[in-house]
Amino acid sequence: MSRAVEESNRAMLRARDAMDRAYAQPLDVPALARIAHVSEAHFIRTFRATFGETPHRYLQRRRVERAMYLLVQTDRDVTDVCYAVGFGSLGTFSRTFKQIVGESPTEYRRRRAPSVAVPSCFTKAWTRPSSFG
Amino acid sequence: MTMNAISRSQIYVLDQDQALDFYVGKLGLEVNTDQDLGFMRWLTVNLPGDPEREILLEKPGPPALDPATAEQVRELLTKGALGGYLFMTTDDAHKTYEDLVGKGVEITDEPMERPYGIDFGIRDPFGNRIRIGQMFPRG
Repeated sequence: MSRAVEESNRAMLRARDAMDRAYAQPLDVPALARIAHVSEAHFIRTFRATFGETPHRYLQRRRVERAMYLLVQTDRDVTDVCYAVGFGSLGTFSRTFKQIVGESPTEYRRRRAPSVAVPSCFTKAWTRPSSFG
Repeated sequence: MTMNAISRSQIYVLDQDQALDFYVGKLGLEVNTDQDLGFMRWLTVNLPGDPEREILLEKPGPPALDPATAEQVRELLTKGALGGYLFMTTDDAHKTYEDLVGKGVEITDEPMERPYGIDFGIRDPFGNRIRIGQMFPRG
């Protein structure tokens, strides 16, 4: 009865893990749907029902989180950071970053200091900017 | 008097045979105890050479949990939200990583050098997270 839900959850988690691991690569919905073994339309709908946001939004926020990390922990320039986390253009990166974080990458970098090192999966889980409030 | 060791920890698994395939067959842990107690299968594993620290691989279900609660546990586990998390150490993170990739283990985080060591993340077949690290000496 609930077996189908468990299998679906696990498949969605596998696709989400792929985003967390391979955010720097040009991941798209067809590729992620293949990882989850479902159709594209089904994937978007089911991912959202499982995790509360669309796969696109999850990936964007993962990429922005990684960018926030690189901006604070390294001295790589903004363009470099943009491509390193998987954005295809500087314009999209800057716009998305500002939309999500509320300030530009450069402003963000200026205000932050490096933080204590904890296992990166926790950093990634807790600092991915959220739309959940 | 204070406590002196963490001797056993528990995680939930959906299937104990599949858990053995993964934890023993792929990760290389050893079976510590595998006993049918009648009311449950008591299944624990440990790292080779470290039998004082066991991990209980417990299957959620009645009568310990009512069926509806067990279903919630399974659903949270499979979406990675139950919180089961093991941290293990190794002498060579890159080598262990290559070994596990070769065995088809799901990687969640590639090996990365951090201030505390070199570590990477994997996921068990059910949704639990495991982090494996080659730690730098502390202090």
